[in-house]
Amino acid sequence: MTTRLIGAALFGLALATPAFADGTVNIYTTREPALIQPLLDSFTADTGIEAKVVFVKEGLAQRVETEGANSPADLLSVVDYGNLIELVDRGLTQPVDSAALKDAIPANLRDAAGNWFALSMRARVIYAAKDRVTDETLTYEDLADPRFKGEVCIRSGQHPYNTSLIAAMIAKDGVDATRSWLEGVKANLARKAGGGDRDVARDILANLCDVGIGNSYYVGLMRSGAGGEEQKAWGEAIRVILPTFKDKAGTHVNISGAAVAKNAPNRDNAVKLLEYLASEKAQEIYAKANFEYPVRPGVAADPIIATLGELTVDPLPLTDIAKHRVEASELVDAVGFDG
Amino acid sequence: MQSASTAEAPPTAINAAPSPVRRLLATDRRRLVFCLAIAGLALLPVAGLVSFAIGGGGRVWPSLLANVLPRAALTTATLLAGVALVAAVVGIGTAFLVARCRFPGRSFFEWALLLPLAMPTYVMAYAWLDVIHPLGPLPTMLRGLFGITDPRGLPLPELRSAGGAIFVIGLVLYPYVYLPVRALLLMRSAALGEAARTLGAGPLRIFLGVSLPTVWPAAALGLTLVMLETLNDIGASEFLGIRTLTVAVYTTWTVRGSIEGASQIALAMLAVVILVMALGRLARRNLPAQSGRTQRRTSERRLGPLGGSFAFAACALPILLGFGVPGGYLAGAALSRFLERGIPAGLAAAALNSVVLAALTAAITVAAGLALAIAVRGARNPAVAPLAGVAGLGYAMPGTVLAVGLLVPVAALDNRLADLVRAMTGEAIGLVLIGSGAALLLALSLRFLTISARTLDAGLERISPSIDGAAQSLGAGRRRIARDIHLPLLAPPLASAAILVFVDAMKELPATLLLRPLDFETLATSLYGEAARGTHEDGAMAALMIVLVGLAPVIALIRRR
Repeated sequence: MTTRLIGAALFGLALATPAFADGTVNIYTTREPALIQPLLDSFTADTGIEAKVVFVKEGLAQRVETEGANSPADLLSVVDYGNLIELVDRGLTQPVDSAALKDAIPANLRDAAGNWFALSMRARVIYAAKDRVTDETLTYEDLADPRFKGEVCIRSGQHPYNTSLIAAMIAKDGVDATRSWLEGVKANLARKAGGGDRDVARDILANLCDVGIGNSYYVGLMRSGAGGEEQKAWGEAIRVILPTFKDKAGTHVNISGAAVAKNAPNRDNAVKLLEYLASEKAQEIYAKANFEYPVRPGVAADPIIATLGELTVDPLPLTDIAKHRVEASELVDAVGFDG
Repeated sequence: MQSASTAEAPPTAINAAPSPVRRLLATDRRRLVFCLAIAGLALLPVAGLVSFAIGGGGRVWPSLLANVLPRAALTTATLLAGVALVAAVVGIGTAFLVARCRFPGRSFFEWALLLPLAMPTYVMAYAWLDVIHPLGPLPTMLRGLFGITDPRGLPLPELRSAGGAIFVIGLVLYPYVYLPVRALLLMRSAALGEAARTLGAGPLRIFLGVSLPTVWPAAALGLTLVMLETLNDIGASEFLGIRTLTVAVYTTWTVRGSIEGASQIALAMLAVVILVMALGRLARRNLPAQSGRTQRRTSERRLGPLGGSFAFAACALPILLGFGVPGGYLAGAALSRFLERGIPAGLAAAALNSVVLAALTAAITVAAGLALAIAVRGARNPAVAPLAGVAGLGYAMPGTVLAVGLLVPVAALDNRLADLVRAMTGEAIGLVLIGSGAALLLALSLRFLTISARTLDAGLERISPSIDGAAQSLGAGRRRIARDIHLPLLAPPLASAAILVFVDAMKELPATLLLRPLDFETLATSLYGEAARGTHEDGAMAALMIVLVGLAPVIALIRRR
């Protein structure tokens, strides 16, 4: 016991950091460090406010919730509207009323009450074999078409990127139609659903499959050579189609976003950071470094992403789609999508 | 008033009634209090899970029962059985070879067989998936060899399968079996086997009838750790798309946003694990006590050219597959990144954090594990051993579940502390337990305590109680016996325990990810930061460092002997 305490004390001395010092802002994030650090560095350089980060994967909501009133968390930065809505539902956020944010972010990309704000978008697109698929346009529904039998690659159906897409289809076409679509896609799989979105491109290059689904920014990461020469070849092997649902309304997008923590000790700095992240300068970083779509109108996407074509965002509100997320996840299990 | 009828309530019974409990509390009081304290700490995460679980209804269950759990249970059972088989065959087999036979390369294999231990399972999964991808080095080479141009023309076994997961996890975990079995064989005489041979028994019969039962206690210890580690794995299983029960917990939590439902499944799983382990304990109780003799280095068999080649191949293969191939892949990826971009910023700091954290965890768990093992040894109080079992609960659940469960009580305590200090001094100190890393250290210590406790327990068991008796009769006190007799004899298992925990703590990811303070990266978290966005090649250098830093003590351990 004493050893335990001494060890803890020593460790504490070694690491103790004043989380409440002036001029800091503490960020809890599920965004990977390499994606968020350049933005924070730029923020600190501009404002002198020190940004402290902890990258958490699962359990961000639980950590903030259990830490309660004394939590050092100021800004909660997450990917996926489902996670933003969960933070609000669990009462972990506070509303922010900022003219700068309202000007920068379109109304459909932020919470009406000001609890969360989208900061970047990514489209769920179709990767098709450049030399083997001739279609100019495809719908998500087409992936269940028997002509793609044994030719579809996709990551786990349980991955949030996919449950989000499936939830959108449920919102549009209902559970039954979505179930038969999932069964159709499963019947078309070239391999077990799994891996990441980039594996789809790699497997297309390897001629394991002809079509698949992936996020738009991976195309930028691969084609730019940011992931090395090898990945450049994967990116070049695919043609990107911005698909729509069969209603032709638009492409399914997801967002990354942020919320100010309910008990934020540095609330003002958190709002400043949020406004900075929505500024033109930061939005350009989102576009250039991460190959995401900026949310701020007037900021251009990266040239590589621009070549994918004009993005028309599916107008179905994200909050409506969110209601079907659990159903979507259960449907994936029900059809045994992941094998 | 007391009735006169003796049949109803004899006064003696009333007087005697509290005495078993009182006796239980009175015997071995210090052992009892110590074990109670550790068991209490180990129950903290369970309490946290219970508080989550009762906060939710049964919303998640119908769909899980209908579509997930039956299959997941089967997948989990397959995975457990497969990994246990791989670990047992490789671990016991190679231990016998290096401990009992003389063949070329043996002194190298003695330590090299531990190398895969340094490889995190999730890194193993990434690496192998890349190596055997149709565009990866192995199939490309094979196609070149056979003159096949179409990648589809050479189908390789699918790694994203139960078999693939068994391969990946089994190869990393077999050292848990190899290490204790080899240690036992080095201490035990081969006289029984020699006697059996003079009586005309063949090698197979000797192995099955004499040698295997001899090493079974050590193998069982290792296999328990292997199976718990496998059951609680998320990284490799999830990456390979294996839908185990633990992955079901994870999905319920992260995809369906229900920590409540996830805690319910996790608690149900924990109950099953506890039941199985308790049954195992009962079964072991009926085994005949092992002789406590320790022996000179036993006679070895010199193998002929054929036997020697076989032994060489049998030892080289697990090292090649479990370390050579993935390690070589990592080194290649790390080198190409290094040439492109140099050393990533923060890598040195992350390495230092990893080493400090792992060393502190090892120190704490070895000290607490030793105290536990000593407390259990010779305890007359029947409550001590089960309490010591409870102390090992942290290893019986997934690391991420342990971490989120521990958050509840630790954060509550942290808040009380902060409020108290504010009330007394007006100072806002924030959450010191979480903010200082103490919560993380507690989580890691709870997680790995059982590894050191079991290793040391097995080590203590080999010290005959008659030695204690002799020392006592010569007037030595308990403390002196512990210091002058037990400690020197325990040096090898102490080193094993420290190294196993150190290496495990270096590799640990989920608890570190959730409980670490702001701005605190370890090698594992920085590797994961890349892997999570699909750029695990960028984490190759961190992965390589985990392996290299983990290796140094492994090699030191074996060479010392």
